[in-house]
Amino acid sequence: MQAVAEPLHGHAHGEELSFWRKYVFSVDHKVIGRQYMSLALFMMLIGALTALLIRWQLAWPETPVPGFAWVPEPTMFAGVVPPEFYNALITMHGTIMVFFVAMPFLLGGFGNFLIPLMVGAEDMAFPRLNMMSFWTIFTASMILVASFFVPGGAAAAGWTGYAPLSADPQFTGVNWGINLWLIALALEFASFLMGGVNFLTTAINMRAPGLSLMRLPLMVWMQLTAAVLFMLSVGPLVGGAVMLLFDRTIGTAFFQPARGGDALLWQHLFWFFGHPEVYVVMLPGFGVLLEVFPVFTRRPIFGYKAIIYSTIGAGVLSFVVWAHHMFVSGIDPRLATPFSVTTILISVPFAIMVFSMVASFRGGSISYPAPMLFAVGALATFLIGGVTGIFLGSAAVDIYLHGTYFVVAHFHYTLFPAVLFGGFAGIYFWFPKMFGRMMNETLGKIHFWITVVGFNCVFIPLFLAGAAGNVRRVYNPMQYDFLKHLAPIHQFATIATVVLLIGQIPFVINFFWSLFAGQPATDNPWKANTLEWATASPPPHGNFEKVPTVYRDPYEYSLPGLAEDYLPQGVPAPAPRGV
Amino acid sequence: MLSWFPQNISTFGGDIDSVFSLIYYIVGFWFLLTEAVLFYFLIRYRRRRGQAATYSRGDTWSELAWVLIPVAIVLALDLGIDAAGGPVWAKIKEQRPPGGVEVLVTGKQFNWNFTYPGPDGKFDTADDVTIENELHVPVNQNVQLTLRAKDVIHSFFIPNVRLKQDVLPGRTIKGWFNATKAGQYEIACAELCGFGHYNMRGFLIVHEADDYQQWLKKQWPSTDTAAAAAPAAPLAPAHS
Amino acid sequence: MSSVAIAEHPHADSREFTAQPLGKVGVWWFLASEIMVFGGLIGSYILSRIAAGGWVAERAHVNTRIAIINTIVLVTSSFTVVKAHAAAEADDRERTRWFMLATVLLGCTFLCIKGFEYSREIEHGFTPATSLFWSFYYTMTGLHGLHVLVGIIINFALFLAVGGGGWPRIKHRIEYAGLYWHFVDVVWIFLFPLLYLA
Repeated sequence: MQAVAEPLHGHAHGEELSFWRKYVFSVDHKVIGRQYMSLALFMMLIGALTALLIRWQLAWPETPVPGFAWVPEPTMFAGVVPPEFYNALITMHGTIMVFFVAMPFLLGGFGNFLIPLMVGAEDMAFPRLNMMSFWTIFTASMILVASFFVPGGAAAAGWTGYAPLSADPQFTGVNWGINLWLIALALEFASFLMGGVNFLTTAINMRAPGLSLMRLPLMVWMQLTAAVLFMLSVGPLVGGAVMLLFDRTIGTAFFQPARGGDALLWQHLFWFFGHPEVYVVMLPGFGVLLEVFPVFTRRPIFGYKAIIYSTIGAGVLSFVVWAHHMFVSGIDPRLATPFSVTTILISVPFAIMVFSMVASFRGGSISYPAPMLFAVGALATFLIGGVTGIFLGSAAVDIYLHGTYFVVAHFHYTLFPAVLFGGFAGIYFWFPKMFGRMMNETLGKIHFWITVVGFNCVFIPLFLAGAAGNVRRVYNPMQYDFLKHLAPIHQFATIATVVLLIGQIPFVINFFWSLFAGQPATDNPWKANTLEWATASPPPHGNFEKVPTVYRDPYEYSLPGLAEDYLPQGVPAPAPRGV
Repeated sequence: MLSWFPQNISTFGGDIDSVFSLIYYIVGFWFLLTEAVLFYFLIRYRRRRGQAATYSRGDTWSELAWVLIPVAIVLALDLGIDAAGGPVWAKIKEQRPPGGVEVLVTGKQFNWNFTYPGPDGKFDTADDVTIENELHVPVNQNVQLTLRAKDVIHSFFIPNVRLKQDVLPGRTIKGWFNATKAGQYEIACAELCGFGHYNMRGFLIVHEADDYQQWLKKQWPSTDTAAAAAPAAPLAPAHS
Repeated sequence: MSSVAIAEHPHADSREFTAQPLGKVGVWWFLASEIMVFGGLIGSYILSRIAAGGWVAERAHVNTRIAIINTIVLVTSSFTVVKAHAAAEADDRERTRWFMLATVLLGCTFLCIKGFEYSREIEHGFTPATSLFWSFYYTMTGLHGLHVLVGIIINFALFLAVGGGGWPRIKHRIEYAGLYWHFVDVVWIFLFPLLYLA
């Protein structure tokens, strides 16, 4: 907690810091933001590897995966994935991607880096707490990776960890793997609770003079909503995780039906959090899009206030839809109707947001550098995810589609566009600000086209597989006669996965090459309005030479009668045309 | 996409397929329309010499109408989808037509046990027969299911019947279906239940009337099979 | 904005858009998330208990008298932390120190009594594995006890800081610690009737 009268950083300004305090144990939000991003990208590698192994097994069941013969038994057998490891792979894929990629990438990375800059602050409200939050998730990540190496292997009860499967080691054969999984999750939750306190306090209390809430960049609104959603929804699952850990270790009866416990209790606790959580990861992704669009269309975002109110509405509604994950779970069937209604209602704010984004292109003067390609790709692809949710929200249709690949395709079509396309758009957009250099545009375009085509080729087939009744989390669907005809579908999807993964190589090359040899960036290479572009690239320690003052809304592009087609928030009077 | 669904052989399967179709066409229309408008804008408003962007914030009601009216239409259609699906859900999950044969289904790691009450029509009696992985039912008759799990949560899924119900240890759940076509169909487990989850393959065998009599005779050779084939008494509502 | 803040420290970090200092806003958000943690557990307990028919036989074995004593101890400690805050506001260093110490000692008393209570129950064969009621009892009071422990550590650190070089710089933190301590007290005010009186 920061006192009013004390220097923020615990050291006097002008004193030079050691390497460790400057780059490793830094309290500077910009360093911490980059640390989060590095962690996310590293964990994404592992998550992508799990995806490759899963898809290989689905396409060519029980054949060796090229290059994996070295993995020792009993994890793999001469490169072949066995059923036990398969279940660990699908579990860890989901856990890593949601909690250790999406959240650190979008919230920890962009949230940390951008919020103080966008509100005109010197740093976060609690810089030391910020540092602690990063090292907490770092520790959590190491624990999670370590869980692959314990006897019994990594957690294998799904990223949803349903009890009683997860509540008793005898059911999975996994002992310490799931215990470590729970501990890693608990630490991750703690990390983002700390982060959430920081985000909210900073954005509420440390805004520059003139920066009212209705002049905040939409990215900040999205990060704030995500923080509130997370902080208010994770509590019950923290309790649930403690209960599950105790069931596994000290013999409590919470999820033991034979001793009075309830199998469904875990599901309620999990999904009460789980549903707001998917918006926690989606909204910051939307935040990237909403920052990128006005810059490259050179016109304001359409319906700024409508978007804000929709975001808040979606956030509130997200707390009352959770049982749509549980229609056939054994809950009272009469509950399906109210939850179907709330689920249908939540499509309203999202429709407003999506239609407003579409409207934001009308009358623009649109250019398509890499960040814009990814942002547009995100919107166009997310639509598929959004509309396929309607199928699943209808309880009757969900009877058939629940637990099939239709669900898998749906959530990949919402998460991937928002988190990955949005995330990539954000990197290409803010890389100049973060690192002081421009990224290579050609490599960026190549990266985009392979990613967007590859992604669609992986997941469209999976809708068809789901429609055909292909249940999820099955080691070998070819066991079933009624699924045998899907073999070519699975093979196509797997080949597309390989292409998609190879398509990330241009990005990796581009990222590292540009770090050292990219063209030096100016303060405001994209000619944008928000406050982060009103300082150097990268910003100095303390962010701004002096406290900025905000004079206007964030998306004042192409105001008639002015010399320039943009008007930064921190500039007092615009230069009229002709001067 | 409906063509990818496996053949429907159940009385309520067609209802589910119809709601799916309804959603498919409504959603498909809006999807194509939105993408078309999006791509039109993306191309039409490409940066061009001499064409400046329009400063339009979309914050007046007349501008917002362009978004809010389509959203209102989407909402109305969504509510229509709910109105179409609600009765179908109720028919399958909340109500149970009376009569027909009874079977006790127990999911366990890693197979399905089907317990038949036998000619006396009662469970937990000496003439009960439990068969692994084979659900034998007569065609065109209601099948009353009592669903349980022995160890962890499984999910009882018959794709051709469009029936799915999670089975829970410690709970008894009721379900039903009525198969309209004889034949052999597969049963899968739709909830991760351990390393053998993919292997929980069962079979629904729908018998023509005579064939069903034969099967009954085989299971209970010494008793009067006609009595065994008689429909059970009307039952309480699905959820107990 | 606080004019005192600007006069003392014209940096971005001291801007306060709301009338509340950074630390207080931060603590309130933190407490909101903590309410959800205990809320989830307590809600699950209540629903489980109703569904199971009341657990009347089980809960007969808890020691209400010890719990009443503990309640008095904890409520008193909330009172002492309020007095500490008032003393800090009044710039009375010594009083602040003593009331913080009192709060710490009362907190320790609470934990000792709780530990004694646990040991008695375990001796009689009531462990977390005994039944679902006891699973909830130990988990809820255990998690609460952990929060009490953390509060004791924070309060003790402040007690030392007030006596050492922290005064008057960290005066306002007494209020934040007090907020957290009140929260811990309020959770107990819920747990006590739900576990011991119902």
